[in-house]
Amino acid sequence: MSLVFAGVCSHAPGITGRAHMADPDDKATFHAAFDEMRVALEATKPDALIVIAAEHFANFFMDNMPAYCMGMGQEYHGPIEDPDWLGIARTTIPGNPDLSQRIIQTVQQDVDLAYAEEWKFDHGISVPLNFLTPRYDLDIIPVNINCQGPPLTPLHRAWKFGEALRKACDAVPERIAIVGTGGISHWPATPDSGKINVAWDKAFLDEWQANDKDAMLRYTDAETLRDAGQGGFEIRTFIAVSGATAGSTAKVHYYRPIPIFAVGCTVGIVEL
Amino acid sequence: MSLYYTQKLLYNLNRDPALQAAYLADKDSVLKNYTLDEEELAALKKPDIGMLYILGVNGQILMHYAAMCGYAWPEYIQAMRDGLAKHGNVRAGIYATTDGKGAI
Ligand SMILES: [Fe+2]
Repeated sequence: MSLVFAGVCSHAPGITGRAHMADPDDKATFHAAFDEMRVALEATKPDALIVIAAEHFANFFMDNMPAYCMGMGQEYHGPIEDPDWLGIARTTIPGNPDLSQRIIQTVQQDVDLAYAEEWKFDHGISVPLNFLTPRYDLDIIPVNINCQGPPLTPLHRAWKFGEALRKACDAVPERIAIVGTGGISHWPATPDSGKINVAWDKAFLDEWQANDKDAMLRYTDAETLRDAGQGGFEIRTFIAVSGATAGSTAKVHYYRPIPIFAVGCTVGIVEL
Repeated sequence: MSLYYTQKLLYNLNRDPALQAAYLADKDSVLKNYTLDEEELAALKKPDIGMLYILGVNGQILMHYAAMCGYAWPEYIQAMRDGLAKHGNVRAGIYATTDGKGAI
């Protein structure tokens, strides 16, 4: 069929794990925005959801770090974190290895891609799924872009990966949804946890909404580290979604800096 | 300096509840399998979360070790701040600093 839904959201572990420490209005409005995203996703009746994530050393380590990896498992497990710490119960998540394989083969025509038949989801995927597929009844295809252990894939390759993914979605009969998930500016798990560069976030989100390729690919990692923290490297997931939806504008439905969640909390949907 | 193996130990602990149990029961029985120097061994065993941060352990790995060692979130953040105050700049990794102010 094609791509039926594309969007982006935050995934910081505090969103669920430290929800009780948040201002009630911050928690309520952000969780409501996630719920609206779930309703919009469900309305498109997807057969599978590809989650483009930036995982955090749950499966991939510096002994063998893929720039890009896609899941090809029958099922996945998560969260890998202590369920009490993350505020999400451990569960089994359905996969679709046949669909994964067909998508991987098409993506590989343009971008080299590792695959994994085993994958333990960390908060980078488990937090979005907690809100978007809370019954775990939709086939999930996880994707990881290495945003943690430099050297990192260049931004223009993240865009290219998105384009390749779109081609692959267009080539299968199933209805595919894509959600990219990452932080924009943030300094997670550092003494500066909770710091958020709102001006930087808003500028980047304006570019993301406009699908402004040149503007989004302009950032150097040195600039991103300086202005948006090491967590800012996760803009690769947003850029991959933009590459997959080149030519379409998008709308940010929610943005609010919530320091106890350690990120500018975001929900955005592409207007396909 | 064997930051790679310090992080690898924590990565393995985060992934494997059985290894966590073995480690909590007898740290040396697990630590002997990793190439670590005296400073790293001391920081792991104490545990000195602030020192592990200064050594350059990635926070996405360290935050789970801190939780496993019983640190609540604010205590974990404070431990890193204390580490900076006591030991100075982060020495390696993507959080390396030169101004004694953490990741800013
Ligand atoms: Fe992240």
